[in-house]
Amino acid sequence: MQALNRHIHPGWLIIAPLMLMVVALYLGPILNILWLSVTDPEPGFSNYAKLTEGDALIRIVWTTVRICIITTLFSVIFGYSIAYAMVHCHQRQKTYMLTLLLVSFWISILVRTFAWLMLLGRKGLVNVTLEDIGLIAEPVAFMRNELGVLIGMVHYMIPYAVLPLLVSMQSIDQRVMDASRNLGASGSQTFWRVYLPMTMPGLVASTLLVFILSLGFYVTPAVLGGGKVLMVAEYISVQLLVTLKWGTAAMLAAIMLIGVLVMLWIMSRFMKLSTVFGGAAR
Amino acid sequence: MADPTQTGSLQIRNVSKFFGQFRAVNDICLDIRNGEFLTLLGPSGSGKTTLLMMIAGFLDISKGEIALDGASISDVPAEKRNFGMVFQGYALFPHMTVRDNVGYALSVRKRPADEIRNRVDEMLELVQLQEFADRKPGQLSGGQQQRVALARALCFAPPVLLLDEPLGALDKKLRVEVQEQLKDIHRRVGTTFIYVTHDQEEALSMSDRIVIMRDGAIEQVGTPKELYERPINQFTASFLGKSNFIHQNGKVFALRPEKIDLMPGNENAEARMRGAIRNITYFGSMQRIIVDTDEGAEIEVDIDVWRNASDLAEGLRVDLLWKDSAAVELQTG
Repeated sequence: MQALNRHIHPGWLIIAPLMLMVVALYLGPILNILWLSVTDPEPGFSNYAKLTEGDALIRIVWTTVRICIITTLFSVIFGYSIAYAMVHCHQRQKTYMLTLLLVSFWISILVRTFAWLMLLGRKGLVNVTLEDIGLIAEPVAFMRNELGVLIGMVHYMIPYAVLPLLVSMQSIDQRVMDASRNLGASGSQTFWRVYLPMTMPGLVASTLLVFILSLGFYVTPAVLGGGKVLMVAEYISVQLLVTLKWGTAAMLAAIMLIGVLVMLWIMSRFMKLSTVFGGAAR
Repeated sequence: MADPTQTGSLQIRNVSKFFGQFRAVNDICLDIRNGEFLTLLGPSGSGKTTLLMMIAGFLDISKGEIALDGASISDVPAEKRNFGMVFQGYALFPHMTVRDNVGYALSVRKRPADEIRNRVDEMLELVQLQEFADRKPGQLSGGQQQRVALARALCFAPPVLLLDEPLGALDKKLRVEVQEQLKDIHRRVGTTFIYVTHDQEEALSMSDRIVIMRDGAIEQVGTPKELYERPINQFTASFLGKSNFIHQNGKVFALRPEKIDLMPGNENAEARMRGAIRNITYFGSMQRIIVDTDEGAEIEVDIDVWRNASDLAEGLRVDLLWKDSAAVELQTG
């Protein structure tokens, strides 16, 4: 025991149960999926080879990536503006905005998606209003297409985009902006040369968070896409529950996982990930 | 670069700043001369920083006018005033190298790259940070960051440099060192320095003139020597250095502790007051002696240790002596 203590820090004993839980509940299943993708239905890379046979699978992956990129772009742009407004308005307005943000954050994705279903339909509030004020003659197809999926996803993702940005913006010393003005920089010069670079870790965190969460979207594409917009998550569920091709499902899941890891690795080439995930900025 | 016709004298005319009902700065008039080192000294809440922020253009002036070389700048926005500023906490750009920090003012003015490089080199030499040009501010010590802030503020040759408690974050030994460097840099660049502090030692050792402020108004303006030797009221006398206050014939006099002499025994014919030592505190170079006088007052006396007097002890009867010129009559009320 003495010899053991000398080599193993006693702190490990305290976190050992948690480590075991992480291994059992996360690492195990993930390895299992990776394993399934190369063993089911037969050992080998036949599942991955399916990506090159025909373009159906590739199209699904491409649709997913495209929707995620557009969703991330708009969520982060809106999120940045909202976070900026929240940081720079009066305390009372800030409280209102934060409350609204958190309320929409807490409402179930199912409820929010069905709310959009009612708003965006041919006889929905948006189309009826636009027709009444004479902006359009025919109802616009907001749903059962990619536009509908994008509206639903961007709306859902905005709170996720705002929160990391809010933290990052709140930590900025206003005197640094004053210093920039004092040195003769205009408002836009100060924004592009000081404010934006200083909020970059928050921006990257928010982009990663939204993009990764978007990859797994299931309910919104299924409801607002009306079966016409097939994303990876929905396809995986079909493979699991309907066609029972677990190998294909596992392969697609593995591809998404690897994609995310590759993205993080590329990011780490350009900046320290510890600053993105809230470590000390140095 | 700064306009060469600007020489850097400032006229502050009846300037006030109200925050709601609160008068942070109340009807201040002050002429700041070109090239001088002027210190705004006062306790916190005296309005010195508010006044500085109005000069910098970060706060609007509620009433009155500020002029540079006679031309009003009250409506000129901060980014067009061309005043350098060293902020409390320095406010360096953390994502830029020291070189980019220092060159920022020239770079936003779209000066050619080699002009910026030369000027930055010149500035880094002035503050002796040449070898740190490619570091980020986070990799520098507090004293080095302070010098980067100074170089950044001076890089575009502003007619006026504003300093907001720039030494507040440094430890005491470093402060004395940086004070000398600041004074030296002031001599070399010849820019008007307006320096805000609540530290009276800083004010005394660096300034050409000191403005003592209280409750948004000016109490007294003068050279450090004038203020120390001839304070006009109790606030100035006690805020700048220590003072005894002696009440005689309805008048109040200020008397510095180091200008009093102390003689053991009670036989000196020239004694101004007599009393007994209550307390002696030893400070190495001098000792501070508190005397309870027979009139019931309490007088502090600072005596150089070498001059006496191991025979001083608590409870000893002493005579207090001083020259006529040592006691300064104060305004009362």
